[in-house]
Amino acid sequence: MFFFVLLGVLRVLYGYLIMKKFETFTSIVCPLDRSNVDTDAIIPKQFLKSIKRSGFGPNLFDEWRYLDHGEPGMDNSKRPLNENFVLNNPRYQGAGILLGRDNFGCGSSREHAPWALEDYGFRVIIATSFADIFFNNCFKNGILPIVLSEEIIDNLFAVAGGEKPLEIAVDLEAQQLKVAEDEVIPFEVDAFRKHCLLNGLDDIGLTLQHVDAIKAYEARRCQEAPWLFSQ
Amino acid sequence: MTNKTLYDKLWDLHVVRYDENDTALLYIDRQLIHEVTSPQAFEGLRLAGRKPWRVEANLATPDHNVPTTSRPNGIADISDPIARIQVETLDANCEEFGLTEFTMNDIRQGIVHVVGPEQGATLPGMTVVCGDSHTSTHGAMGALAFGIGTSEVEHVLATQCLIQKKSKSMLISVDGKTAHGVTAKDIVLAIIGEIGTAGGTGYAIEFGGQAIRDLSIEGRLTVCNMAIEAGARAGFVAVDEKTIDYVKGRPYAPEGETLEQAIANWQTLHSDEDAEFDRVVNIDASEIKPQVTWGTSPEMVVSVDARVPDPDQADDPVKAEGMRRALDYMGLEAGTPVSGINVDKVFIGSCTNSRIEDMREAAKVAKGRRVADNIKLALVVPGSGLVKQQAEAEGLDKIFIDAGFEWREPGCSMCLAMNADRLEPGERCASTSNRNFEGRQGQGGRTHLVSPAMAAAAAIAGHFVDVRDF
Repeated sequence: MFFFVLLGVLRVLYGYLIMKKFETFTSIVCPLDRSNVDTDAIIPKQFLKSIKRSGFGPNLFDEWRYLDHGEPGMDNSKRPLNENFVLNNPRYQGAGILLGRDNFGCGSSREHAPWALEDYGFRVIIATSFADIFFNNCFKNGILPIVLSEEIIDNLFAVAGGEKPLEIAVDLEAQQLKVAEDEVIPFEVDAFRKHCLLNGLDDIGLTLQHVDAIKAYEARRCQEAPWLFSQ
Repeated sequence: MTNKTLYDKLWDLHVVRYDENDTALLYIDRQLIHEVTSPQAFEGLRLAGRKPWRVEANLATPDHNVPTTSRPNGIADISDPIARIQVETLDANCEEFGLTEFTMNDIRQGIVHVVGPEQGATLPGMTVVCGDSHTSTHGAMGALAFGIGTSEVEHVLATQCLIQKKSKSMLISVDGKTAHGVTAKDIVLAIIGEIGTAGGTGYAIEFGGQAIRDLSIEGRLTVCNMAIEAGARAGFVAVDEKTIDYVKGRPYAPEGETLEQAIANWQTLHSDEDAEFDRVVNIDASEIKPQVTWGTSPEMVVSVDARVPDPDQADDPVKAEGMRRALDYMGLEAGTPVSGINVDKVFIGSCTNSRIEDMREAAKVAKGRRVADNIKLALVVPGSGLVKQQAEAEGLDKIFIDAGFEWREPGCSMCLAMNADRLEPGERCASTSNRNFEGRQGQGGRTHLVSPAMAAAAAIAGHFVDVRDF
């Protein structure tokens, strides 16, 4: 009996602690100066055949990053790099913040896109706008997507491409980006999502706190609309 | 009298509870599942020791990875070992958790977004989700349907709910009548050309107006399918008699007294006369001509009688740069007449355009004609085993084969080229699918999105041509 109780507690704990916490994050910025960066570009379809959640980082932006055609199972360290692609520029190595433009993450709902970005090392994406499904998927994977105005983004591109790489300190609690000793940019984030990211909470665990409400809803709907519950 | 939009009604019917931030727990009536975005969700369930909340709310079928060539041995005919494992994993997961699956050689197998409505598994008034952005398709039934990521697939499996914030509402009213030869695909491409690929971001779109009401349910499925290409997760159409007639008699649809009760309920699924939308867009249907995309985003679209646009005429520098990059990728010069562009391959299929009416429209153009000599491959891929069966009963397969098209088994095929159907670098395709992104149909491939009739006409002519002159 005790064993089953313990097992139950461990499962609940697993549910709560499944996601990486996000509090502060400091890194240099990699500028990707394109609009409509779609999830097909972020992680091409041939890599979606994997049944795992990890290992997508080496194939992030595969078609832009390498000169040959990538397939799963290749030794990516031996493939010819596209030196003109920003991710391959030595000055942006180790960047954990990606700077983009309009409609970032449009297209397919594949969560492999945030998995690939996270696996590569990106924890923050800053853009003028994001596609809805991608935006949502980021939060589920400990990535913070931040929307800023075009004017601010233009400035960040100018600085990030300047003499030395731009380093930003992201403070989620304070909702601030520190871009220089004396310059701080505030940003908006949904209160619920912020709470989940700060505490590394898992949505399923949260929802299962409302089991009774879900059951009551089902009982009511089953009366009102029985055809929804027949098969 | 209320003044609710259809979106308000669908939303309100499914709210289990709100938290203090106006975040809702939304009940999901139907989840559709395919092999690509589900394995990690099932794995998550297993790791946490969870069971599906309501097994019968889920319906699965493999579609992205299945070969469209002859496959009498089922999974054993998938030559790519990694793809085979993914389809086997779907079968194993559905078996382990007790979910209904239409497996590879089941006559009901097909593209999830064709199968759902065809089976009556997506009904008016439902909330429908799938780990696939084109889930918006099902909105044509008067449902609230949207694509989700794999974490949310797991969430729905485990709880039958999703944590959601309500979107803003947009009405796109396509007023008046379309001209002869203009199809649902042309309407939706024209809409995307008008509002842009981010125009619907943050909105749920209701498609209305005379031209939408005039469409068949299959036409509406095509329009709602591409709501996501306008940036909106969900697009839908109010229920009318056509919707109800379409649903009746389908395997998963209610019958008898329950059906009568359901119909009374479904008839309320429209926006009230005084409903207010956050944004309204009016489009004149009579001005829409057959559409062809020229670039690498669905918003890069013009009429077939137009020319490829010039980046130097664009109003802002970021947009101009995007156009230049697209022209370079597509191997096109600004100013080229669209109807003069030669194509190498033709693809008729995908969750946008692979239903029986699409097959009929394409066959009407192909009948008694021959595919041009410069076309290396012209593929027709029906959306489900049942669409294929129906088309064959009507003799459409013969028309295609006689004209030089290949007639294939159902699946997603060259829309995203996860299986062997793909473009080689530099090849140009007239495609009835939904995305013309770089590399979408194969690395270096060049995609032009068109309607089924326009694709068939391009196959016959060897280049784009105005189907109204055909």
